[in-house]
Amino acid sequence: MSQKRLLSDTEIHIILHRLACQLLENHLDFSNTVLIGIQPRGIYLANRLAKLLQQDYKVHDIKLGSLDITFYRDDFRRGDKILAANQTKIDFLVENKKVVFVDDVLYTGRSIRAALTAVQSFGRPKEIELLTLIDRRFSRHLPIQPNYRGRQVDAINEEKVKVMWKENDGEDAVYLVSR
Amino acid sequence: MGELSVNHLLGIKYLNQKDIQLIFETADHFKEVINRSIKKVPTLRDITIANIFFENSTRTKLSFELAEKRLSADVINFSAAQSSVKKGETLIDTVNNILSMKVDMVVMRHPNPGAGIFLSKHVNAAIVNAGDGAHEHPTQALLDSYSIKEELGEVAGKNVVIVGDILHSRVALSNIFALKLQGANVKVCGPKTLIPKHIGSLGVGVETNLKDALEWCDVANMLRVQNERMDISYFPTTREYTQQYGVDKKLLDSLEKKIVIMHPGPINRGVEITSDVADSDQSVILNQVENGVAIRMAVIYLLASKIK
Repeated sequence: MSQKRLLSDTEIHIILHRLACQLLENHLDFSNTVLIGIQPRGIYLANRLAKLLQQDYKVHDIKLGSLDITFYRDDFRRGDKILAANQTKIDFLVENKKVVFVDDVLYTGRSIRAALTAVQSFGRPKEIELLTLIDRRFSRHLPIQPNYRGRQVDAINEEKVKVMWKENDGEDAVYLVSR
Repeated sequence: MGELSVNHLLGIKYLNQKDIQLIFETADHFKEVINRSIKKVPTLRDITIANIFFENSTRTKLSFELAEKRLSADVINFSAAQSSVKKGETLIDTVNNILSMKVDMVVMRHPNPGAGIFLSKHVNAAIVNAGDGAHEHPTQALLDSYSIKEELGEVAGKNVVIVGDILHSRVALSNIFALKLQGANVKVCGPKTLIPKHIGSLGVGVETNLKDALEWCDVANMLRVQNERMDISYFPTTREYTQQYGVDKKLLDSLEKKIVIMHPGPINRGVEITSDVADSDQSVILNQVENGVAIRMAVIYLLASKIK
């Protein structure tokens, strides 16, 4: 098993600022926009972006939630492992809001498909956008594309993209792991 | 996260500590789901569940049915009163006929102890015991412990007294297994005639004085006197039972600390507890009912995950 570093902490830092600016460009004061991190790994990116927007770009009121998609997945009973749930925390209504899904890696698109179904339990959003740090192109199973992407990566199916966050994994970095 | 160590939920006796922890963690997520404005998830859309009730039930049946529907399973209901069982069909035949309609899971209540265990050995479906005679009622015990955990933070180290008709109660037996497994101290309290002779072998204390039992406990689980299972008289009159083992507000207020009052239902108001106790802020009876749906969703979800 070997791994190659795709992004360093400096690069991630720059990308996060760019993504924050792109979000600002489209959503201005975020008065009608909510950020939703997709559990389990999208919440770190969502928290970072929210913090960045608040501290560096002076957006004061950011609504941030986390959405668990376990019970909406399409592979229940199809794998060997039992699907473990995570916390969903959305303490606002998404009715008529602009929702931005935030996830670390976009791969087959199935998680986002599940998230699209899951979010309906919290109302009918005005529109939904997708922000992802890593976009693994050529590996989609569904017609889903991100509106904001950090970096596009060409990875074959045997390879795994690992996103590390300082608050959880000790460093900010993205690795391509091949086995 | 692991998986359950069992393929059926036949009794708490067959579970280990990790299973209970897993069920509680999963129930936490489902409790969040059932408090949303849209309370349904599509997880079990390809699972069919039969609820087979050979004995009357309101709460448990509704709770299971709701749990199944909130998980998007297909549900069929069957009550023995309106069935071919009356015409002489055996249990295995009845269930196998239902299973040939491609049913994946059976939730069964039966008046005979061990009916679920028997069935699990003869039919090809996941079995959930919703009460088998005076034997076990595992989901009730799970939701009781879950409610204690929710109210007091944890179950381990807590003093729980189960009051009433222990002899005929499946709730008592399942509760004793569940509470001991989680490290709680358990006592039973009731007239000697309604306490099984060898209850001490389960590691529980016996108390015949209600006031002493309540002073000792953090939680009192009040059971109903099961007149329908009594072929002889176990105490002189209901009035005398109430005087000795009924909890009223006066008794509750005379205790040194505030205890939690639980009741698995149905309540006979004025017999084992008075209305003002059942409706007091110390009672968690309605929380138990809400938690029942979350616990049953968790059990069904975890068992369904193991159906291949």
